[in-house]
Amino acid sequence: MFAQEFMRNALIAGTFIGLACGLVGYFVVLRAQVFAGDALGHVAFTGALAAAVAGFDIRAGLFVATIGAGIVLGLLGERARADDVVIGSFFAWVLGLGVLFLSIFTTRSSAGNGTAGVRVLFGSIYGLSAGDVRTSVLLGLFASVLLLVIARPLLFASLDPLVAAAQGVRVGALGVLFLALLGLVAAQATQAVGALLLLGLIAAPAGAAHNLTTNPYRGLILATLFSVGSVWVGLTLSYVFPTLPPSTMVISTATALYVAAFLAAPAIASRR
Amino acid sequence: MFQGLSWNPVDDLQQMLAYPFMVNALEAGTIVAVMSGAAGWFMTLRRQTFAGHTLALIAFPGAAAAALAGVPAALGYFAFCGAGALVLARLAGSSRSYSTESAATGTLQAFALGLGFLFVSLYHGLLNGLDSLLFGTFLGITSGQVVALLAVAVVALALTALAARPLLFASLDPDVARASGVPVGLLGFGFLLVLGLAVAETSQITGALLVFALLVTPAATAQVLTPRPWLGIALSMGLALAVTWVGLTLAFFSVYPVGFYVTSLSFGVYVVVRIVRGAAVRRRLPRLVPGQAT
Repeated sequence: MFAQEFMRNALIAGTFIGLACGLVGYFVVLRAQVFAGDALGHVAFTGALAAAVAGFDIRAGLFVATIGAGIVLGLLGERARADDVVIGSFFAWVLGLGVLFLSIFTTRSSAGNGTAGVRVLFGSIYGLSAGDVRTSVLLGLFASVLLLVIARPLLFASLDPLVAAAQGVRVGALGVLFLALLGLVAAQATQAVGALLLLGLIAAPAGAAHNLTTNPYRGLILATLFSVGSVWVGLTLSYVFPTLPPSTMVISTATALYVAAFLAAPAIASRR
Repeated sequence: MFQGLSWNPVDDLQQMLAYPFMVNALEAGTIVAVMSGAAGWFMTLRRQTFAGHTLALIAFPGAAAAALAGVPAALGYFAFCGAGALVLARLAGSSRSYSTESAATGTLQAFALGLGFLFVSLYHGLLNGLDSLLFGTFLGITSGQVVALLAVAVVALALTALAARPLLFASLDPDVARASGVPVGLLGFGFLLVLGLAVAETSQITGALLVFALLVTPAATAQVLTPRPWLGIALSMGLALAVTWVGLTLAFFSVYPVGFYVTSLSFGVYVVVRIVRGAAVRRRLPRLVPGQAT
């Protein structure tokens, strides 16, 4: 399995994408911003296709769109978090725009490019080049390190924003920074599992960790282990059974972990 | 194929209605709009937008599985959305906090989409139809489908109308409702099932990804305009209808997909209403400030 270059590339990139997703995901679940993560996935789709129509690099469109949307969501702040109806209305429209770009793109370009939309939606981890892998590793490391640096104040601000603000923690700025970081991770994960499935890699391992422990540091470690593990197991499964697409297997593994943690949670809670 | 727009709107309308597929699409759109307008109003009231979105995305693996098994797509839509509603209701009942509930909902959503992609890649011929599964089409609706849509819509609307008063009570104040003997849990479950039906219908027109445009946006607009329930539901239905009709007509006369028009129109109306409403509220506010000379 390791003799295949595409498999090595996928495993290396997947490891660092999983690392970043697990860490960010833990805070996404803690801050009840899963719906915002969902929304960023849809923005990623529209951004990538807009870039494709305009003739730019698809990745540039991805990163600009998701980080931009993350910052906007963060600036809307408390209001945006409370009002999921506003987020929902906005993202229905963003998806509508995505469809428009998709139809322009597929009618304009030759038939060979017709699958670009599918690649953005469901990922293409086996198609990564050596350069893509280097970018994924660097970005994954950057996001993870930045998150660990702000982990303590972010934890404080997430659990008790009022007391944190009184203690001089810059709660608002942290919230914006966090959503921008989420945007970065979302754009990166889009390349691996696709715009539609990245929510699973963010929410499922973190949700499983939240079910198993209330200790934040243990939770962070568990979430990261679960998401990296899901990527490894998922990629191996799809290598062994070539008819199964890799992104589906990664998400299925993460879901299985979540279900197992959900079922195990009462037993663990009663032992405490 | 089409002559394009002329300066005579009556001619244009006749030209459009001369095509049977367009008549079917308008009939189906009407049924779907009325139903999703009503279900969407309760959904936004109950703050179940995320659950509704997840149900909508579950429609996609439903359709893909139906294609794989060789049964009508509608069957797949209804079976998967019904099962999804069951799981979501179970999650809402058992989860320990809002954040873990939304994590579970997100997991379910991603898993459903992953399954959909698996079915699509197992059934190779479908890849060209993937866009229409996700983003909808109005070209292929048959008269038989219209009748099926109508039957489901009548059942779901009748259920909603029967349960409307207790459902409203349970949505606005669950604790008091429970204390006065309203079966809150059962109502919540029943509502998710009806929502699943509405979503399954809507996704046949707008595709799994754009259900939101008819479900959330008209209802959100109606709730900005009025707090009164019956008027709000009527408004929400009316807006959904208008958006669907205009969207289908625009899509007929241009090359762009219907989903784009429906989402843009409904979002445009929502933004305009929010701005106008906000300005009206601000103009009224100074009179409410205490201590001001009157």
